[in-house]
Amino acid sequence: MSNPTVDVPRTVSAGGAGRFLIWASIVLLCAWVLVPIYLLMVNALSSPAQVSGFPKSGLPGFDFASLQFFAGFAGVAKALWNSILVAVLTMALSIGIGAPAGYALSRFDFPGKEVFRMLVVMTRAFPLPLLALPLAVMFIRTGLDDTALGLALVHTVLAIPFAVLITFSLFSGIPLELEEAAWTLGCNRWQAFQRVVLPLVLPGIAASAVFAFTISWNEVFAAAVLTIENRTLPAFLIQNLNVSPLHLKFAGGAAMVIPALIFIFAVRKYLFAMWGIANR
Amino acid sequence: MKTTKTLLGAAALALMAAVPAQAQVLFWSTQAAPVEETQKMREDVLAGFEGGVDFQPQEVGPFITRLEAEISAGSGNIGVVGALHGDLSTYADAWVDLSDVDLSGVAVSEAFLELGKLGTDEQKYLPWMQANYVMAANKQALEYLPEGADINALTYDQLVDWAQAMAEDTGSPKFGFPAGPQGLKHRFFQGFLIPSFAGSTVTKFASDEAAAGWEVFKELWQYTNPASTNYAFMQEPLLSGDVWVAFDHIARLADAFNQRPDDFVAFPAPAGPMGRGFMPVLAGVAVPASAPDVEAAKALVQYMLQPDTQVATLLATNFYPVTDAPLPAELPASARALGPAITAMTTSADALPALLPVGLGDMGGQFNQVYTDTFERIVLGNQPIADVLAQQADTLRSVMEQANAPCWLPDAPSEGPCPVD
Amino acid sequence: MPARFLPYLMLLPATIFLLVFFVYPFIQIAILAVTQDGGFSLQPITTMATHWKFNAALGWTVLLAAVVVPLQLVMALSMATIVTKLKTGRSTILYIFSIPLGLSDLAAGIVWLAIFEQSGFLNSMLAGLGVIEQPILFLGYQNIWVIFLAVVLAELWRATAIVMVILVSGMGLIPKEYYEAGEVFGANGWQRFWRITLPLLRPSLQSALILRTLAAFEVFAVVTALGGTTLPVLMGETFNWQFAMQDRNVASAYALVILGISIAATLFFLRALRVPKGATI
Repeated sequence: MSNPTVDVPRTVSAGGAGRFLIWASIVLLCAWVLVPIYLLMVNALSSPAQVSGFPKSGLPGFDFASLQFFAGFAGVAKALWNSILVAVLTMALSIGIGAPAGYALSRFDFPGKEVFRMLVVMTRAFPLPLLALPLAVMFIRTGLDDTALGLALVHTVLAIPFAVLITFSLFSGIPLELEEAAWTLGCNRWQAFQRVVLPLVLPGIAASAVFAFTISWNEVFAAAVLTIENRTLPAFLIQNLNVSPLHLKFAGGAAMVIPALIFIFAVRKYLFAMWGIANR
Repeated sequence: MKTTKTLLGAAALALMAAVPAQAQVLFWSTQAAPVEETQKMREDVLAGFEGGVDFQPQEVGPFITRLEAEISAGSGNIGVVGALHGDLSTYADAWVDLSDVDLSGVAVSEAFLELGKLGTDEQKYLPWMQANYVMAANKQALEYLPEGADINALTYDQLVDWAQAMAEDTGSPKFGFPAGPQGLKHRFFQGFLIPSFAGSTVTKFASDEAAAGWEVFKELWQYTNPASTNYAFMQEPLLSGDVWVAFDHIARLADAFNQRPDDFVAFPAPAGPMGRGFMPVLAGVAVPASAPDVEAAKALVQYMLQPDTQVATLLATNFYPVTDAPLPAELPASARALGPAITAMTTSADALPALLPVGLGDMGGQFNQVYTDTFERIVLGNQPIADVLAQQADTLRSVMEQANAPCWLPDAPSEGPCPVD
Repeated sequence: MPARFLPYLMLLPATIFLLVFFVYPFIQIAILAVTQDGGFSLQPITTMATHWKFNAALGWTVLLAAVVVPLQLVMALSMATIVTKLKTGRSTILYIFSIPLGLSDLAAGIVWLAIFEQSGFLNSMLAGLGVIEQPILFLGYQNIWVIFLAVVLAELWRATAIVMVILVSGMGLIPKEYYEAGEVFGANGWQRFWRITLPLLRPSLQSALILRTLAAFEVFAVVTALGGTTLPVLMGETFNWQFAMQDRNVASAYALVILGISIAATLFFLRALRVPKGATI
C-alpha cells in the first residue's frame, strides 16, 4: 500500500471530519481485503508444525519447504505456460465474440433480442461440470481434446456472459447522440465507433478481459477433464489440494494466488487509469 | 475484422502449444491423490517402468467425467485406471480381460483376484494395494481409558465411556470422526458399526440390533468433536490436538505417526455384541478397452504387482501389498504402528470381517448414500431412529433390487437380490 | 448493408459459438432430467423434489444469495464511490480492492477455514487477548448460523471486487458536468449520489447484479470448505448426485433448478432496472 497520509482527497464538501471518515473507511476496507491474504501467506511460509499448532502467532515462520515442494514438481513451468496461454486465448475469444454482441444489445431493438439475452444468461447459470461430459466426448471425436484452444473454448463459454453483459452496460452508458453527432460530421458507423465510443469503453473492456483471464486462470474442473499432456496449473497443481496435508493446502493456494496478483498488478493501469479520457 | 484477427492469432497460439504426444502410459487414478503421495508415486514407484508413466490422480468428478467420455467416444488417452473396488465395479463392461497378464513369480491373494472378476468369468481388474481402518489415540488420552479396558480389545460401550471421561475432564469433546464431505464415514457404518451390532450390513439394516448400534453411536457423538462434520483426514486434528482419539483409514492417519511417532498409538476398531466388525479397502488396476496401447497398459499392470513395486507403493501411499512381497526391515513409523493394529484387528478372536460390496455396479454411490443419509438424519438431524431406518431401508431395498446384487459377507448368501428385512 | 441486419450480424459469432459449445451439450444434459431408462419420465424430478435435503438446499442457496448480493452491492457502491473521489493513490487503492478478483473460490475457502477453525487465527487472537481460555468451536454442525455467517463473510470478501470493478468502470462514464450542475443547484453529496450516480449507473448495476446473483446461486466450494455437508446448497447436491451417487438424471434435474431460479432473478433485474437504448444527454 502506498503511504496514505500523503494522499490528498479531492472531496469538496469534506472538512477534517469528512476526510477522516473517508480515510478511515479506506484503511478499514484495505485491511478487510489484505488481512486474509496475509494470513494465507503466513501459513504458506510456515512449517507443518506451525500450521497445525495453537495458538498461532500470526507471524510467518519463513519456512519455505512447503512452497519449494510445489516448485520442485516436474513440469510446473510448462503448466504455468499452458495456464497463461489458455487464459490469454480465453480473453481474446470472449472479448472478440462478446463485445460486438454487447454493442448490438445496447444500440438496437430487434426481434429475438430477449432470446439472445436469455441464452447468454443460461450459459452462466448452468453448472459447467455437467456440461463437461458431452463436451469431452465432442472434443475427443474432433481432435480438440488436450489442446489449449479446446480448453480456451470451454473457458470462453464461462467468460462470455461477463463480456456480453459488461460491454452492454458500458455501451448503454454512452449517449446515442454522441455517436449520431459523429455521423453528421461525416463518420460512418465504424469510424464513429472507433473514434468516439471505443476510447470511452476501453477501461470497461479491459475489466471484462481481466474477468475472462481470472475465470480461466482459476478454473479446475474442465481443465482436469480436457487436458492431459497440456495440463494447466490448477489441474496440475491444486485439484488435489482438498485431500492434501494442511501446510501444502496453504502453499498450493498461495502458489495459485501470487501469479494472479502479479497479473492484476500488471494490468491495473489499463483497468483503472483511464479516467482522464473517460471524464468528459 | 478484429474477431478474425483474434481467431487467427488464437489458432496460431494453439498450434504452438500442441506438443507431439508421448508414448507414456497414462495412469488415471483416484488413489494417491494427496500431492506428496503423487510425487512419491511418480518418483519412487513408477519411475522404473520402461516407456514411462504419466501418473494423474484425480478428484472423483474429473475422474469419472473423463473416463466416461473416453468410454463413450470409444477412444482416448487413458491406459491404466487405478481406483477402489467400488469405482471399478461401476464400469465393469469397459475393462479388457486381464487374465493373460503374466503373474508368474508373484502370489496374489486369491480372495482379491476373485473380487477382481466382478462376478464375471473375466479378470476385470487386478488387485493393486490394500488398506484398512483402525483407531488412533494421542498418548495423553490413555489415562482416561475406563478401568479394565484393554485398548486392543475395546468394545463400543468402553469407547463411549472413554470419550465421555475425556470430554468431562478436559472440558471439550476429544473423540473425532471423519464425517466431512471428503471423509470415509460410510465405510464405518457399512463395515464396522452395523456389522458389530447386527452381524449384517444389508439384511438387518433396520433391525432392532442395528438400531441399538445407532443408539450407541449417537451417545458417542455427544462426546465427539462437532467439527467432525468438517474432517476428511483425521491425522490433522490429531496433530493439532483438537482430537485425541479417532477412527480413520490408515493412509489418512499415517502423517500423525510419521510427524510425531512417540505421541500416538494405533489400535483395532471396537467390538459390538456380534463381534469386531471390520472392512478392508481394496484398490485395483484395470485397462479400459479404449486405451491407446492395450499391451503397454497390461505391461504397466504387471509392473504394479512386482514385489519391488508393491513395497515402494507401501512406502508412497501407506497401502499394503496384495501379494506376498516381503516387507523391508526398515519401515516408516506409520507402517510400524499401523501394521500391528491391523493384524490385531483381523486376527482377534471376535473378528467379524465384512467384505466389500459385490455386484452393485453403478449403484455403489447410492448404496453408500443410504448409510451417509442415515447418519446425517439420525445423528445430525436428531430424527427418530426407527422412522429413519424404516425409510432408508426402503431406499436400500430398491438399490439392491435395481442392482440385482446378491448378499456378501457378513450377510448370508442369497438367491437374487440381497433382501432387506 | 441494410441496418436492420447489422445487429444480427454482430450477434452471429456469439450465437454460433454458444450453439456449438453450450446449447448442444446443454440439450443432451437437460433431456436427462425428464428421462428414465431411455423414455420420458418425471421420475428424476420427483426423486429430487422428495429427497429430504432438497428443500434445505434450495432454501439455503436462495437465502445466501438474498443476504450476500445486497450486502455486496452496498459495499461495492461504497468502495467505488470512495475510489472515484480520490485524486492521488487511486490506482493503488483500486488495486488493493480488486485483489480478490484473482482468487479462486477454493483458495478463499482455505483462507477462511484457517481463520475460523478450532485452532485457527480467530481463536489464536482471542486467546492472545485473554478473552477465552479454550478455543471456541465456531464451525460445529450445531452452529449452522455461525457457518452461514462465515460463508457470508467469505463470499463478501471473495466476490465483492467483481461488482466493484463493474461499477467503477460504469461510474467513469458519468459526465462530470452532471455533478457540477448538481453542485450549482445546491445538491449535497448524498443527493448527488441518489439523483445522479445511481440512475445513470443503472446499466452497470443491472449487469453487475445479474452476474453476481447467478454466481451466488452456484456457490459451492466455499460452503463445503467451511460447513462440510451441514449447510446443503443446490450446487453441492448437483455434484453429489452426479459424482458420488452417479445418478446423472437427478443431477440434471438439480441443474435445471439452478437454471430456473437464475432466469427468474435475471428477469427480475431486467424489469426492475430497465435500461434504455443508450443514455441520453
